[in-house]
Amino acid sequence: MKLDPAIRDQVLATVPSLRAFAISLSGNIDRADDLVQETLLRALSHIDSFQPGTNMPAWLFTILRNLFRSEYRKRRREVEDADGRYAETLKSHPEQTGRVEFEEFRTALAKLPPDQREALILVGASGFSYEDAAGICGCAVGTIKSRVNRARTRLADLLAIDSVDDFGPDRPTRAVLAGGGRS
Amino acid sequence: MGERGKSDDMKNRKTNLEAVEPETGKTASDKLEAHDGMGTQANVTRPHPRLGREVQAKIGQQLRAMYDEVVNQGVPNHIADLVRRLSEQD
Repeated sequence: MKLDPAIRDQVLATVPSLRAFAISLSGNIDRADDLVQETLLRALSHIDSFQPGTNMPAWLFTILRNLFRSEYRKRRREVEDADGRYAETLKSHPEQTGRVEFEEFRTALAKLPPDQREALILVGASGFSYEDAAGICGCAVGTIKSRVNRARTRLADLLAIDSVDDFGPDRPTRAVLAGGGRS
Repeated sequence: MGERGKSDDMKNRKTNLEAVEPETGKTASDKLEAHDGMGTQANVTRPHPRLGREVQAKIGQQLRAMYDEVVNQGVPNHIADLVRRLSEQD
C-alpha cells in the first residue's frame, strides 16, 4: 500500500521545523540529521498509527523527542557528566552548529537540563501550545509551564541579560513593579 | 474619600497583577517540579529572580532567530528523497 500523497505532503511540510527542533535539541547538525531520518523511518513505517486529521507536527515531534531522550538516557549511563560534556563538545565544534552569531545562545541552551530545553523550544520556537507540548513530552501542562519558566530564568542568567543596565529605559518600570509587589 | 479609595485600589490592583503573575507561576511550578522528581529540595525552595518582560522577549527573539534560520533552509534534498522513497514502498 502506497502512502497517501496528502499524508506525505504533511510529513514533508513538517520537515523544516522538525530539523530545527532536532538541531536546537541536540546542538549538533550531524546528530540532528540522524534523528530526523530515524524519525521519518519510524513514522512512515508506522503511518497506520497516525490518525488523519490529527496534528501531524505533534506526532512527528513526539517520535523525534522520544528518540532523542532514549539516546540521551543511554549516553548518560555511559558518561558520568553528560550535560557538561555535551556543552564542551558544542564549544569545541561551533562550526557544526550553524552561524557564529547564535553561538553564545546555543552554548547557553546546551547548558539547560534537557527537559527544560525541549519545553522552551517547543513553546518558544516551534509555536506549540502548552497543551501540545505537554502531549509531546508526556507530562502535565503545569510541568511544561514550570520548565519553560525555569529555562528562561536560567538562560537570562547564563546570557547575563538580566542586569538592569541592559535595559536602562525600563528601570523606572521595574522599580514600580518591585515596589508594588512587595508593599 | 470613597472615590479616591476606589481609584487607589484600581491602581494597586493593576500593579499587583503585573508584578505577581510570574511569581504565581513559579510557585505553582515549584510544587509540580517537586512531584516530578526532577528538582532537589534546594532547587524547589530557592526563590527565583523575577524576569522582566524585556528579558523574556529578548530570549524569545534569539531562540526564534536561531530556530527560523534552520526552518528557512526548507527540506534538504536527501530528506526529500528519503520521504519519497519510503512513501513508494509497499
